[in-house]
Amino acid sequence: MSGSTDRPPVRVVLAKLGLDGHDRGLKVVARMLRDGGMEVVYLGLRQTTDTIIDAVEQEDADVVGISMLNAGHLTLGPRMVEALADAGLDVPVVIGGIVPDEDLPAMANAGVAGVLGPGATAEEVVACVRAAADARG
Amino acid sequence: MDSLSSPASRFRTLSGIPVDAVYGDGPAPGEFPYTRGVHAEMYRTRPWTMRMFAGFGTATDTNARFGELLAAGGTGLSTAFDMPTLMGRDSDHDWALGEVGRAGVAVDTVEDMADLFAGIDLGAVSTSMTINGPAPILLAMYVVVAEEGGVDRERLAGTLQNDILKEYQAQKEYLFPPRPSVRLVTDVIGFTTAEMPRWNPVSISGYHIREAGSTAVQELAFTLANGFAYVEAAVAAGLHVDDFAPRLSFFFNSHSDLFEEVGKFRAARRIWARWMRDRYGATDERSLKLRFHTQTAGVSLTAQQPEVNIARVALQALAGVLGGTQSLHTDSFDEALALPSEDAARIALRTQQVIAHETGVTNVVDPLGGSAYVEWMTDEMERQATEVFDHLEQLGDGSLLEGVYAGIDDGWFVGEIADASYRHEREVNAGERIVVGVNEFTEGDDPSARRLLRIGQETEELQRKRLATVRQGRDAAAVASTLARVAVDAAESTTNLMPALLEAVRARATVGEVVDALEGVFGTYVERAVV
Repeated sequence: MSGSTDRPPVRVVLAKLGLDGHDRGLKVVARMLRDGGMEVVYLGLRQTTDTIIDAVEQEDADVVGISMLNAGHLTLGPRMVEALADAGLDVPVVIGGIVPDEDLPAMANAGVAGVLGPGATAEEVVACVRAAADARG
Repeated sequence: MDSLSSPASRFRTLSGIPVDAVYGDGPAPGEFPYTRGVHAEMYRTRPWTMRMFAGFGTATDTNARFGELLAAGGTGLSTAFDMPTLMGRDSDHDWALGEVGRAGVAVDTVEDMADLFAGIDLGAVSTSMTINGPAPILLAMYVVVAEEGGVDRERLAGTLQNDILKEYQAQKEYLFPPRPSVRLVTDVIGFTTAEMPRWNPVSISGYHIREAGSTAVQELAFTLANGFAYVEAAVAAGLHVDDFAPRLSFFFNSHSDLFEEVGKFRAARRIWARWMRDRYGATDERSLKLRFHTQTAGVSLTAQQPEVNIARVALQALAGVLGGTQSLHTDSFDEALALPSEDAARIALRTQQVIAHETGVTNVVDPLGGSAYVEWMTDEMERQATEVFDHLEQLGDGSLLEGVYAGIDDGWFVGEIADASYRHEREVNAGERIVVGVNEFTEGDDPSARRLLRIGQETEELQRKRLATVRQGRDAAAVASTLARVAVDAAESTTNLMPALLEAVRARATVGEVVDALEGVFGTYVERAVV
């Protein structure tokens, strides 16, 4: 049913959480999602869980995508999931960046809905975000 | 057989054929405009510096890696700082959570800097420090560590990256708005020009511009434009071009298209020489010579079949050497997955040693010079870069410095880079460009064979304890008064900030405290988010 016209487009908030300034990947993902028919709210660099939650509420977002290069996924990923839950928001989190395979179970246990690594194609990126949005029900 | 006993015969091919230093006509290496190299004999008399970038965990962890690299034949040190340090935040700051010591070494105070270089004679090695926003503070710490260890500042040799303009364009590790940040750059230039004659105060860097997704032409043009901008800023600050320009250095990426890269390096030297002489009136030959460090393209490394990266790195390193680099860092094959493991870092260094000692490419200067293709590519790089300079000059009403500011303010640089990056991504995605192991030849990947470097959470706890100990042991009143002076001097735009920074870090003020004092005067910078 992807791309069907009877549903509004998926709205995704994209942000870099924390200090890391490597935004090449996030920008590419933003354009991939746009080209895939989604609405992207691009917050950019140095966001906090609070600024992301504000954006999710204001924009009525379906998915949060955060990107990190610095092995911050083990701390920042779960923190984002918890912060959304604490705010009473049922919005899945997708992480992009360098996440070693051995960390994938920990990410899933923490409630991270999807992980996109280096080399992910546009189709994979769009499918991952759509699956996260659909799983939300 | 005579040639075998003559001095020239020192340079022979593997089969024993004697070779000259240079072949071909036209301006020779070491002659203006230095297209063929900044020295007449290049690697025949002095090999490039094998400078391996390292940093992780605490200062003590990185100090041990430095020792390994020097023992393995590395000839220079290069320091990678962790994200909180790069962003001027202390390890106990909220923002630092999860990032302490992960992507580089954590340095909060001069005590960490002392541990980082413990057992290393700072009067004998040359050290590169990759830091930008807080660069003057880290330089001040390095000077204080050396002086407390009995080495005078004028003996210190090394390079501070200190290239803030490319942070707004590409790497995004800025702290303050562009104009006060450039003032900090010129303060460092003024300080080292007067007091640290062996120090390179700025390493004008295209590396990060390329890693952010630019083309080779954009890397070349944006980097040189930034270089011209610093020259204009330093001259406006009252410095004479020939007093500081000999110590400006550059840092380029070496990517996978070998001849394009060689053309880029050759064009960079030629453009810099012409502009410095003709536009900025430099007359000292050293001001005209573009010297550069090269690093292989981290962004080209694949997480899939990572061993194949060893071949990529070797070819990219070869391009840097054929392009006449003065120093070289070779990436480790596992860097698309994690920080380099010790084994991978050693293989990367050995790759340089193979090029230097086995391939014979060092026997002849600019061995590709005269190739119709390489000469055309060099000209083409220069032509396309000139179009960018023209655009920036127009934006800045005749000033490159103002043109660069304008290009930052209106998001022109980031837009250009993002367009190029997405274009590349789509080409790979569509299979128009083959990336071995990623979109073609994908069989044979074995994730279970990987041994990655992991930085544990205990590093963060350890570093916070170290910081707490320094905070407790220092004279709080002295720290407060030195920080107050930092703020006073920051507010006075014609005062060089380095003396105040030296005083503050000597009193054990932290990186974060000094940044806070500066931020109080300069404000912060938030970029307009452009996709």
